[in-house]
Amino acid sequence: MTVNKWTAADVARKVIDNKELFILDVRNADAFEDWKIDGHQFDYLNVPYFDLLDGVEEILLKIPTNKEVLVVCAKEGSSIMIAEMLSDAGREVAYLAGGMKSWSMYLEPIKVGDLHNGGELYQFVRLGKGCLSYMVISKGEAALIDAVRFTEVFTKFAEEKNVKITHVFDTHLHADHISGGRHIAAATGATYYLPEKDAEEVVFDYTKLEDGLTVQIGASKIDVGALYSPGHTIGSTSFIVDHKYLLTGDILFIDSIGRPDLAGLAEDWVGDLRETLYTRYRTLAEDLIVLPAHFMIIEELNEDGTVSKRLGDLFAENHGLNVEDEAKFRSMVTDNLPPQPNAYQEIRHVNMGKITPSDEEQTEMEIGPNRCAVR
Amino acid sequence: MPIKADVQLDAKGLACPMPIVRTKKAMNELTEGQVLEVLATDKGSKADLVAWSKTVGHQYIGTTEDGEVLAHYIRKGNPETTEADEKTFAQTISNERIVGKSGIVLDVREAAEYAFGHVPGAISMPMGELEARMKELDMDQEIYVICRTGTRSDMAAQTLSNAGYTKVYNVLPGMTGWTGELETSI
Repeated sequence: MTVNKWTAADVARKVIDNKELFILDVRNADAFEDWKIDGHQFDYLNVPYFDLLDGVEEILLKIPTNKEVLVVCAKEGSSIMIAEMLSDAGREVAYLAGGMKSWSMYLEPIKVGDLHNGGELYQFVRLGKGCLSYMVISKGEAALIDAVRFTEVFTKFAEEKNVKITHVFDTHLHADHISGGRHIAAATGATYYLPEKDAEEVVFDYTKLEDGLTVQIGASKIDVGALYSPGHTIGSTSFIVDHKYLLTGDILFIDSIGRPDLAGLAEDWVGDLRETLYTRYRTLAEDLIVLPAHFMIIEELNEDGTVSKRLGDLFAENHGLNVEDEAKFRSMVTDNLPPQPNAYQEIRHVNMGKITPSDEEQTEMEIGPNRCAVR
Repeated sequence: MPIKADVQLDAKGLACPMPIVRTKKAMNELTEGQVLEVLATDKGSKADLVAWSKTVGHQYIGTTEDGEVLAHYIRKGNPETTEADEKTFAQTISNERIVGKSGIVLDVREAAEYAFGHVPGAISMPMGELEARMKELDMDQEIYVICRTGTRSDMAAQTLSNAGYTKVYNVLPGMTGWTGELETSI
């Protein structure tokens, strides 16, 4: 039997198209427990490769013959070895090129919708890490919001769309992934915006992102308006795009809300979070479509793979928006928080420009699941 | 301080799964109780060696880092025999009761095991060196013999007793149950 090689893009298609897949994950049990490839209809078997060095006979019965089988490991070496052993045993299987490392890095651009006068809004879904970046495209120009560190994905996409990136925004100083914002701005000559209150320690030049700022993108004059909405960080700012979409950053997600503790100031910021979610956002039109900067679980994906929901629906359904008692809310977002993201302190320092790790080191820092929310 | 091992394996520059594949092969050549040192540059090798050792019954001792190079220490176990219930030396003492006592704490584990954590002030004298070195020990002092689980120290206590040492105690349960202070020499 031949061993097939799949790319992260192939796996992303299976997730988005709601396909069945059997994943044999040969990383060790801790790594699998912590973080794996999520799909709506994926089944899993986790057996570390080092338990299979003497042969795969013991697991053959557990591997189905009626669906596609993908062997996955951290980088790819072990999955190739195990895939070949399975192939020798007569099974047709594939391995994931680049392993979980490539899965963590892969971005799938999906169109969220049309904007007025020919504009478009794209969501870049980083399935392996739960990060969501956005590109607003208007005739000739584009704006980027919360771009992750794979700068070429965005610059190439802009080239294909024949637009020039003119504005790059970060809704806040990220703690769970490394921002590509200022590097893209430097490469394209765009203006890079960051909320001043999050930028006290940054060591590079940026333009202050202030409440009420409105920029118009391209010949279609698509409005991108800033709305100060602190709580996840003290500077966190949302955007209203084309009076239709609300980009919430890490303040409000589909099935959860932001956590206030990643800069070590949970007690101070919980009040801001409350005010943003229960007062500021309540004054907005309920028909706005919420587009967050993250998703945490695969159930948050819509049928087309995008992550979005009407604000009014979230007011009704999102648990974090329905805790009437303020003391209860306070305890929910400051006690019993999930573990903090991998290397979040170092990631904040990278995003401040204080340290500049190699690509390899940046990859290591970003390994693992997203943990920006309180559910 | 360099850590003593019986056999060394150079797996530097090799990517997963090769460090483990080579380690498994090298372990086959060791006899039970011997220590293998694995040099590797693959960062993931540590977590995998820890988990692999556990499943096959070897004892993962520890890892040191020198720049890019990781040095892992593993002691060969024998999954066929358990170390429990073979203790015959009559004079025993609990871990807790040796704290603050005068006398000698004699650690008879392998040098690498000792290096990654031992009772403060303990003297290292691996089983294989005991016969040759026991004359270094003062016969008039209490000697508290300790190992990982009490089995090697049981044998060592008998050896000392047969050689005429009378104030000898086997410390139980040994380092696996040690909750007190630890001193390292890595």
